[in-house]
Amino acid sequence: MKVFIYPTNSLILSDLVERFGHEPLALMAVIGKKIRTKGLDSPPINVTPEDPKLGLKYAAVEVPSGVRGRMSLFDSLLTDAEAAVIVRDPVISFGCMGCARTNELVNFLIRAKKIPLLEVDYPENEDNAKEFVYKISEFLKSLKPAEDKK
Amino acid sequence: MESITKMLVINSRDVLPSDIVIKLYESNADISIKETCFGVMVTGERKIVDEVLTKIRKMDPYGIFIKERGLAPGEKFRCRATRRGGARPGFHNLESEDKILPHIGSALRALDRGEIPELKKKIKKLDVDILKEIIKQELEAQS
Repeated sequence: MKVFIYPTNSLILSDLVERFGHEPLALMAVIGKKIRTKGLDSPPINVTPEDPKLGLKYAAVEVPSGVRGRMSLFDSLLTDAEAAVIVRDPVISFGCMGCARTNELVNFLIRAKKIPLLEVDYPENEDNAKEFVYKISEFLKSLKPAEDKK
Repeated sequence: MESITKMLVINSRDVLPSDIVIKLYESNADISIKETCFGVMVTGERKIVDEVLTKIRKMDPYGIFIKERGLAPGEKFRCRATRRGGARPGFHNLESEDKILPHIGSALRALDRGEIPELKKKIKKLDVDILKEIIKQELEAQS
């Protein structure tokens, strides 16, 4: 199953989802596709004429372009998501990855999609980590296994 | 076939990035490898990379963490050498998660042992009406 993760570039979530037999939907894969697309001068900073259209699906034209730009990258992840693992209020979302409005919108859209969803907190000690990993493993085991990528 | 890059972040007592690099060379797979301070980056066709890394993970299943990376190693848009230093985008997230990798490793070990952790009850936030009542009582007590 394709599992959306938030924070979208998380090493731990990406690793755990793959470890338990599912496909993580992470931003790195989207960026990678953009990088490998020929014809962009400076990917992923440049945008194609298609990107604003994808962004406009989620946010109006008055919304800051950063939100629409980010949403154009999130589009394929949100469309493909069949389940989601979300970390509540990750510290890293404050800072260079942290367009707060985009993060709020992404979280809202994932919840509105009514797919199987697990919300956890980042662990601070070993006991919390055991709970964190146990909850994620039980959630992922309850989903159907992923199909192999061609 | 699409070419991808995956990064291995190592948080192990027994395995060093150099050990993994040697194993990767031994595999004789059609991949390019870069050893880094935190682990190894592997670039190649998705199927080949996934196959090789499944074997590599077995070297220390609780100490090797893998994720996909958007940019290939040395990509000029991100490489610090061409951007005149500074942390590359994504570094700060990696740094913050790297700190809790030992806990995640021991949690995975406990999970494989069949340990079921005690699930903590979530503390409920104070209801607004109760808070209003407390304020009212305090004000009445003061007057």
